Amino acid sequence: MSGTFVGMPSFPEAAHDAVRDATLRANLRHATHTIRAKRAKAVAELDDWAELREAGRQIKDHTLRHLDTYLPRLEESVVRAGGTVHWAADADEANRIVTGLVQATGEREVVKVKSMATQEIGLNEALAAEGITAYETDLAELIVQLGDDRPSHILVPAIHRNRGEIRDIFARTMSEWGRPAPEDLTDTPAELAEAARLHLREKFLRAKVGISGANFMVADTGTLVVVESEGNGRMCLTLPETLISVVGIEKLVPSWQDLEVFLQTLPRSSTAERMNPYTSMWTGTTDGDGPQAFHLVLLDNGRTDTLADEVGRQALRCIRCSACLNVCPVYERAGGHAYGSVYPGPIGAILSPQLRGTESEIDASLPYASSLCGACYEVCPVAIDIPEVLVHLRERVVQGGPATRRGKKVTLRPAKGHAAERAAMRAAGLAFAHPGALAFGQRIAARTRRFHPRRLPGPGRAWSDSRAVPEMPAEPFRDWWQRTRGTGTGEKGGAK
Amino acid sequence: MSSRDVILNRVRRALVGGPDGAPDLDAAVDRSYLVEHGARSVEETVDLLAENLADYRAIVHRTDLDGLAELLARLLAERGARSVVVPPGLPSGWLEGADPVRVHDLEASTAQDLDAVDSVVTGCAVAVAETGTLVLDGSPDQGRRRITLVPDHHICVVRVPDQVVSSVPQALRRLDPARPLTWISGPSATSDIELDRVEGVHGPRTLEVVLVTGSPEGHGC
Ligand code: SF4
Repeated sequence: MSGTFVGMPSFPEAAHDAVRDATLRANLRHATHTIRAKRAKAVAELDDWAELREAGRQIKDHTLRHLDTYLPRLEESVVRAGGTVHWAADADEANRIVTGLVQATGEREVVKVKSMATQEIGLNEALAAEGITAYETDLAELIVQLGDDRPSHILVPAIHRNRGEIRDIFARTMSEWGRPAPEDLTDTPAELAEAARLHLREKFLRAKVGISGANFMVADTGTLVVVESEGNGRMCLTLPETLISVVGIEKLVPSWQDLEVFLQTLPRSSTAERMNPYTSMWTGTTDGDGPQAFHLVLLDNGRTDTLADEVGRQALRCIRCSACLNVCPVYERAGGHAYGSVYPGPIGAILSPQLRGTESEIDASLPYASSLCGACYEVCPVAIDIPEVLVHLRERVVQGGPATRRGKKVTLRPAKGHAAERAAMRAAGLAFAHPGALAFGQRIAARTRRFHPRRLPGPGRAWSDSRAVPEMPAEPFRDWWQRTRGTGTGEKGGAK
Repeated sequence: MSSRDVILNRVRRALVGGPDGAPDLDAAVDRSYLVEHGARSVEETVDLLAENLADYRAIVHRTDLDGLAELLARLLAERGARSVVVPPGLPSGWLEGADPVRVHDLEASTAQDLDAVDSVVTGCAVAVAETGTLVLDGSPDQGRRRITLVPDHHICVVRVPDQVVSSVPQALRRLDPARPLTWISGPSATSDIELDRVEGVHGPRTLEVVLVTGSPEGHGC
């Protein structure tokens, strides 16, 4: 994946800088704690949360296991409904396809709905290189784009910015991109939202080309689904003449009925709402309503390599709700930028090293960006066992072994400088060899914590140097969980 | 080899072998989750819809068919609307007595044209009580998607109880995937500033919902 932030330091270094940034930590802490309590409440409203979570897991696993059946089925359905389907093996190819499609319309600007896939492939930069301006229209993306910044959260890419900072960015830079911010702009969220509304409106109304991702694609019907809040998605999906959607091949579900699971679990897991304000569903093109040209670009870019790993492939179940970020003690302290990828937090720690491989220093260090507390697994609406995959990837980093890269089987050599971990992993391997051993292993670790060094060896040292993050909890997370059941910080398990 | 073949070959190679052998394509997913949450009477379901709509800051009104035209006229007047977009198939009586200029959504109307209109009045396809959601499917009484997006004030009429279901699974069963669908839960909002919900970004900032009883045709959707 070409979306590596250039010159990115490895996780421990980046995390070290971030944990010292008091504003960043305060912003993150405030935001993640707010959403945690709300999510727990939204989830608790549904008595069948555990069943929905299990069904979500099964649907995604089933789809992945039969991707070679469902992808052609989707293609057929989209084409039947008037769309055109393109296949992109990697980021460069996807960027070439999209750039070509935009050029064919003769337009020099496009409006974009927030999409992880297009960030992953660096589409905005690729378009800019051809003289095409991409306007981000999601409020948080706009904040990131105007602030010449990088996203730090899946759902709220500007989560590291507080209202005061956002106000300053708007006041300073909106005029460079279009309609300036109002003279007397204050930092109240309603005024900031209003400033964004005015700034973007002229762009929506004149846009001829829209670019989106999708949360779901339905193989049987060819339907694409975008879940959003602000209405910028509806604008981009409805007003332009041409719509180009870039979607990872794992976003597929087989049937229309399958949506009933994810439309219940996604909003509650991500924004803690019973339902998000707007969900758009479209199937190909509709005469006289919306874009008359629709292109779907199906993106691999490391996904099939991830699929080839029997332990790691569960990361492809992810529906990008960001619940795992919001509960992660490491994310809360280190911030999203430390992960050096558009996918931060626990999911990023297992997805980026699989999509990109573990050759770079940042990717080799990502599987260590966790204290293995298990909170991410507890809240995940598709039950991805993130700690299990982390441990698996640590093993791969320190011991090397078979992997798949760009469709070819390769044997990875053990990473240099990870000798200490190799020993540690052999021990940990015992605890993680069996499913369910995690909770046990953690309790052992916590109960023997006086034997653990205050500074971790090897790359872990940089980690423990920046403190606060991977300290062994006095009480293991799961014990605490069992004991408090939602009293503590108000959190309550997603899995009941 | 085309990229299509490259990707599909990679998928097939990734899936060979494995502990589960050749899994069954027809294997059923365990759908033991609920079809709806809790048992409610028809009336209670409509009440829940009203409650959840209001919880996400939609303004909810109730009337019967006889009072509908008068209510719509009053809501538009209170809003100070000078113009209102009318979907091609809006029942003719609904806007009888309303003052604003009717704007018909023509093929040639641009987004800028719509931006100059104050309000829009539509019906809906189905409403979901548990989530406080309205679904539009582009039927003639709802019009194409842009007319409920660009004007800043949307009044949506829901025929109760016919168009109301309890849950998301029930709503999906009633909907046709071939139509463009818009699910609306409250006015546009954002959680992008410190993860706190603020109403009013790009979609209509005021959403009014009229729950109307008594359907003359005697059927729902
Ligand atoms: S891994 Fe699970 S919790 Fe994290 S973003 Fe993906 S679906 Fe959500």
